[in-house]
Amino acid sequence: MDINTVTGYRRPTRRSELLPLAPGEAVLAGGSWLFSEPQPGVQGLVDLDGLGWPSITDGPDGLTIAATCTIETLAAWPRSPQRPAVALFRRCAHSLLGSFKVHRVATVGGNLCMSLPAGPMISLTTALDGTVQLWSGDEPDRLVPVTEFVLAPLTNALRPGEVVRSIHLPDLALRARVAFRQLSLSPVGRSAALLIGRVDPDGSTVLTVTAATPAPVQLRFPALPTAAELDDAVATIDPWYDDPHGTPDWRRAISRRLAAEIRDELEQA
Amino acid sequence: MRINDHPLPADTVAPRPGQCLRTYLRQTGHLDVKKGCDAGDCGACTVLVDGRPVHSCIYPAVRATDHDVTTVRGLGGPDDLHPVQQRFVAAAGFQCGFCTAGMVVTAAALPTPGDDGPEGEVERLFKGNLCRCTGYRSIRDALAGIPNVEPPCGKSGVGVSTAAPAGPRIVTGTEPYTMDVAPGDLPAGLLHAVVLGSPHPSARIIRIDTTAAAAVPGVHAVLTHDDVPATLFSTGRHQIRLDDPDDTLIMDPVLRFRGQRVAVVVAETVAVAEHARALIDVEYELLPAVFTVAQAMAPGAHAVHGDKDATASRITDPATNLVAEQHGEVGDVAAGLAAAEAAGGATVAGTWRTGRIAHGQLETHGSIGWLDETGRLVLRTSTQVPFLVRDELARIFGLDRDGVRVFATRVGGGFGGKQELLTEDLVALAVLTTGRPVQYEMSRTDEFTIVPSRHPFTVTVHAGATGDGVLTALAVDVLTDAGAYGNHSPGVMFHSVHESIGLYRCPNKRVDARSYYTNTLPSGAFRGYGLGQVIFAIESALDDLARRLGLDPYDLRRRNVVVPGDRIIADSDHPDDLEFASYGLDQCLDLVQQAMSRPGGVPAPDGDDWSVGDGMATAMIATMPPRGHHADATLTLTPDGRYRIAIGTAEFGNGTTTVHQQIVASTLGTTADRIDIVQSDSDVVGHDTGAFGSAGTVVAGRALAAAAEALKVQVLSFAASLRAGPGSPGDDGELGPDGVRFGERLVRLTDIAAAGPDGRLTATGRHDGTPRSLAFNVQAFRVAVHRGTGEVRILRSVHAADAGVVVNPEQCRAQVEGGVAQAIGSSLYEEIHVDDVGTVLTSTFRNYHMPQIADVPVTEVLFADTIDPLGPFGAKSMSEAPYNPVAPALANAIRDAAGIRLPELPLSRDRVWRAIDSG
Repeated sequence: MDINTVTGYRRPTRRSELLPLAPGEAVLAGGSWLFSEPQPGVQGLVDLDGLGWPSITDGPDGLTIAATCTIETLAAWPRSPQRPAVALFRRCAHSLLGSFKVHRVATVGGNLCMSLPAGPMISLTTALDGTVQLWSGDEPDRLVPVTEFVLAPLTNALRPGEVVRSIHLPDLALRARVAFRQLSLSPVGRSAALLIGRVDPDGSTVLTVTAATPAPVQLRFPALPTAAELDDAVATIDPWYDDPHGTPDWRRAISRRLAAEIRDELEQA
Repeated sequence: MRINDHPLPADTVAPRPGQCLRTYLRQTGHLDVKKGCDAGDCGACTVLVDGRPVHSCIYPAVRATDHDVTTVRGLGGPDDLHPVQQRFVAAAGFQCGFCTAGMVVTAAALPTPGDDGPEGEVERLFKGNLCRCTGYRSIRDALAGIPNVEPPCGKSGVGVSTAAPAGPRIVTGTEPYTMDVAPGDLPAGLLHAVVLGSPHPSARIIRIDTTAAAAVPGVHAVLTHDDVPATLFSTGRHQIRLDDPDDTLIMDPVLRFRGQRVAVVVAETVAVAEHARALIDVEYELLPAVFTVAQAMAPGAHAVHGDKDATASRITDPATNLVAEQHGEVGDVAAGLAAAEAAGGATVAGTWRTGRIAHGQLETHGSIGWLDETGRLVLRTSTQVPFLVRDELARIFGLDRDGVRVFATRVGGGFGGKQELLTEDLVALAVLTTGRPVQYEMSRTDEFTIVPSRHPFTVTVHAGATGDGVLTALAVDVLTDAGAYGNHSPGVMFHSVHESIGLYRCPNKRVDARSYYTNTLPSGAFRGYGLGQVIFAIESALDDLARRLGLDPYDLRRRNVVVPGDRIIADSDHPDDLEFASYGLDQCLDLVQQAMSRPGGVPAPDGDDWSVGDGMATAMIATMPPRGHHADATLTLTPDGRYRIAIGTAEFGNGTTTVHQQIVASTLGTTADRIDIVQSDSDVVGHDTGAFGSAGTVVAGRALAAAAEALKVQVLSFAASLRAGPGSPGDDGELGPDGVRFGERLVRLTDIAAAGPDGRLTATGRHDGTPRSLAFNVQAFRVAVHRGTGEVRILRSVHAADAGVVVNPEQCRAQVEGGVAQAIGSSLYEEIHVDDVGTVLTSTFRNYHMPQIADVPVTEVLFADTIDPLGPFGAKSMSEAPYNPVAPALANAIRDAAGIRLPELPLSRDRVWRAIDSG
């Protein structure tokens, strides 16, 4: 929809033009959320498109995903036997409520900044121990783990004037074995629970619970937990999220169930 | 920007920085790009940017400035269809057609399949394209290239699946809807109206200062309750205007629900109007409020319309929030229940609840008004009832009825939501105040938060039967939530307890029904008009009763349903105009039961967690609304030898335009492509009550059939005189597409028309909607229920309809499928969530789950073989009816599968899981 309060638009091509943001300016990545709701108070758009950030940079220490990387581009990243966790990219992309037409424009950074419980890029980058790189005008860059970035529905650690530059996924996590489960109130609806299990090369295990909780929850185990250990850990998560996409008691129940399925899959693999 | 291979002219205004591509495309004349949600959820606005599909409503227009944009019209035009467009026409992959442009563009540019495999591909790729009408089967056919209809130039009489005449225009985006007006089509100087809604659910305006808003350049008027006529009216429209309480003003100093109009700004652009709106200064006095029926009924509760006079406004008791009530008993229910127990039978009792449902039609409400050259007020509006809107506007503004013209172009879906006066009053006020053309278009969020929803019901049922399943008692206690205004609340309540209970032959019946005001968004007309809510309760209770008695649920119905010769009795036996002109319920029960016993459907999923079960339910509906439904039709043989239908009823995907062509084609021996239609315009015929109560085929169709018969007599008579001259022997001749044939000799239609007065022949017909017949529907499901997650998978869906003679099999099948799909939505997924202070929490499609293509199974549609003498060519109505038995059939199947009786809609996964988990 039109954002009729917007009177300014600028398209910086380098960092010095991007920052600082003026009062009332909003950062435009894909626009798929910004243009989807009334935005009272937004007077100017700062289009990140001109910065030319490479979508995904591959290095020995992992992948660096630009905030402006579209979900489509991420989902198309080639899988490799060395990095089985890359399979999650596509699974998480498909968990976005929007269709492939939205994947084309919606960005990884935008999904994180929305900080909705059902944000599948939050699920993905949390599960793979991602770190967010934040730019601001005069402060040094900040590096914040995704778990400390997404704090609550529509609430994150972004300070006024800060811009998400990228998300780094460490190579160790990408080389992990993973299992994925997602459920919603309808066959391809908005996630009510999205759980990802990960067994690192050293055997340590991480279960990431998202969508079912107000913010991501990670459960860490030195090795694959027993079914009872895992269930105890999931069952004690509190609080569970409540919105039109599922009640807290049901989200807790299906999360326990999906966690058990993930454990079984990881055990059998 | 290049649009459809043409660069924009150099002098084209550049996009504003906050403008989305959708509005920029429409601003530059590309009206084929539709607005369904304006939020990226529905896909109606899909266009290609550099060959790849995007939702143009969430795409910044500035980002497209150096790119190629292709709209649906750019893919092909009505005479030059793209292959995908051809497939949508051939499959009849649309009804109202408002989503179709987006469907076609998406289908024309699908990505190459990934490595996920083909399974679920369509479901995933089309999750961003919503259709409310079809139930998606015909869209799947279009995607697969399966044709379903005959072209209009072919056989097009009754019984043929003739293609809808608008098809080529719909698939190219060139069929105009309400808002699809080029600036040149209107008097100059179009203004836009924007509404300031109440932030409070119950308040009084103490002071309102519009000075600053009115001073904004470009603002032409800021209107408040001080500027409106003092005439109370109802937004709900009926043939008899006294059916609805007069409790509404265009703007009222008392605000009874969140979002109710406080003020309206009329300005040169929406942006200016929104800017000015923010400058309106309002002081409110907060009033007590009631948010639930229980609160509204409590002693001493705040009276939502306590200021109203009961008699003048026709409210049963404004002091206690009681909008309307009905109480009656035949026989003795208490004795009947006791008799059931005494006879070794069983009794059941329970309370069922339904929530608010949004109509979800893809075209939001909107109107454009202006004064014509004679000073007459003209409204182009998205309505099911143009004549009733005209009449009420004339009354509100004290105008002569001839001083108002109201018309609808093709309407982008209705489902009852447009049997209301929701935008037209405001536009009329703004036009009469400013003298300028004015447009008011609702947003999708308006549709969820201020447009009337389906009435929430609480229904308590008591039923008893003897050991062999003969009903001895049936009683319902019904409470409905009217919301803040009484539009449709009496009618919905009365209708809800009529055919639902009248379906069963039982000596002891009782009805207690009451409707209450609350400080929540109003409830209104919705497909089924109250029947669905009560049928959900009764058919669930009867399923329980059959279980108690160890009887087959089909047999329990066979033993107790009314049959020809019975009277239709709800809670009193008074004469009415309902009759069994035809009867196909017995066939419907047999057809469904037999189909369910044959192999078919999809297999149950593997695994121990899944339980499988079957359920069925039955519904009856009168074929026309009660208390008179009138239609005039005029049929003309025009000088070019074509026929021209003038009819008042509206086309919103119901397919009546096609049916009307077929009626004329059958009677006059011609083909659909030789028949033109003008419709839904208060100028074209004397009157039409409107397109509601499933009246388009049976009432307007009867009027038209009468006109066609009369015209045929004239045509044959003129032909005979032309052929022979005086003194020739008078054989009848045979009327065909080109003229009347007498043996070898053809008298051409053009010559016949030329012989008529003014070079044409004209006949009229009228129907008054009485007497009325009865139509029946039976639905069955087989479901698998996952006991760990509550997931319900529909493995099989069978629906039998008693539609009389099926005029257009493909269209009628599609109506049934669409009704079943909409009901699957309200049974499994949909509910408008309202918090405990009257705030709607589900105000967008992404928070209100309307069925996507993935959610709707194939429904096997079967038709009873009946002929109804009261309908045209033996037809009965079949628009609302298929919706009604779906919810209880699903609930009964879940009961059968998982052993749980869910008393509340939707039967969502969380509720199913909770019921199973709590044992």
